[in-house]
Amino acid sequence: MNILLQLIFEFFKTGLFAVGGGLATIPFLEEMIAKYGWFTADTLSTMIAVSESTPGPIGINMATYVGYITAGLPGSIVATLALVTPSIIIICIISKMLTKFQESKLVKGIFYGIRPAVVGFILSACVSIFLLTLFNVGAFQSSKNILDLFNLTNIALFAIVYVVYKKAKLNPIIVIVICAFLGILLEL
Amino acid sequence: MRKNLDMFFTFFKIGLFTFGGGYAMLPMLEKEIIEKKHWSTDDEIMNYYAIAQCTPGIIAVNVATFVGYVQTGVIGGIICTLGAISPSLIIITLIASVLTNFQEILIVQHALVGIRLAVCVLMTSSIVKLYKGNVKDLITASIFIGALILAYFTDISTVYLVVAAGITGVIIYNLKISKEEVRK
Repeated sequence: MNILLQLIFEFFKTGLFAVGGGLATIPFLEEMIAKYGWFTADTLSTMIAVSESTPGPIGINMATYVGYITAGLPGSIVATLALVTPSIIIICIISKMLTKFQESKLVKGIFYGIRPAVVGFILSACVSIFLLTLFNVGAFQSSKNILDLFNLTNIALFAIVYVVYKKAKLNPIIVIVICAFLGILLEL
Repeated sequence: MRKNLDMFFTFFKIGLFTFGGGYAMLPMLEKEIIEKKHWSTDDEIMNYYAIAQCTPGIIAVNVATFVGYVQTGVIGGIICTLGAISPSLIIITLIASVLTNFQEILIVQHALVGIRLAVCVLMTSSIVKLYKGNVKDLITASIFIGALILAYFTDISTVYLVVAAGITGVIIYNLKISKEEVRK
């Protein structure tokens, strides 16, 4: 079978069955390694690292990456489009139903319960980046000195940037750009 | 047509500055989609995230499709999604072809630490805002804490957690309404 067709088939399947966001696609990528050998497990870990540190949602970045190393630019385009196609179809259908039933007691009740849970999920997803950025868990574990636990420079910067962001009502994009420059200038 | 172009570029911008998973889009959605363009409300975005969490596909794409569909139907859903994924296509293709040692460049590493700090700031602000908007009583507070603990410390799929929270929500919400009706 043509490699582009294989890519379309595999990524459509991933988009259809990977529930819960970008990292949920990893098992499907591992399956592709076993089935086709398009890339190696080493490349997969590089891909995850690159996807996390470049702009764009992680799941999309990984699909683009796999597509590119498998079949060049056409590969990256078809893999990414195949991945998002099931989402577009499913969400359009749900969205249509939702607008119809959003005033019902059932739907209101469901969202009354789900919304606070989603806030919990979002916080849970951010814990690891908070730990990585504001604390030095590794240094603390080896020295057992409580002062080593805190990354004081980053905590101070965090506090300053937070206050400025809230007071000046900055655009999030400006905050990202400023912090990227701060990272370079202060060699964080 | 102009509206569709506007949606494409708005989501292009959001995709370009999303570092991390779908949640990292949230501060930008708040600014661009809710505050500036008024395409959605806070509550609607939360509903979209809730549904995106338990439907197949990338969360960021699901949310983009929702926002677009509500504006201009299926075409809108497709356009917002294409806008959100285009920056990835361009950047990752460049990195995979030319900048294969992208992450090893020292200046990139420093910039990324800075960006991580920015993501912490933006997400803290968004979470505080969401908490105030959605956790209003003892019941919603218990659901929030339960979801946080289970999502962080266990491997239970968030799909089940969403379903459980939804069922709890329906029961409590309807009990509340019937209580209010009795009072009247």
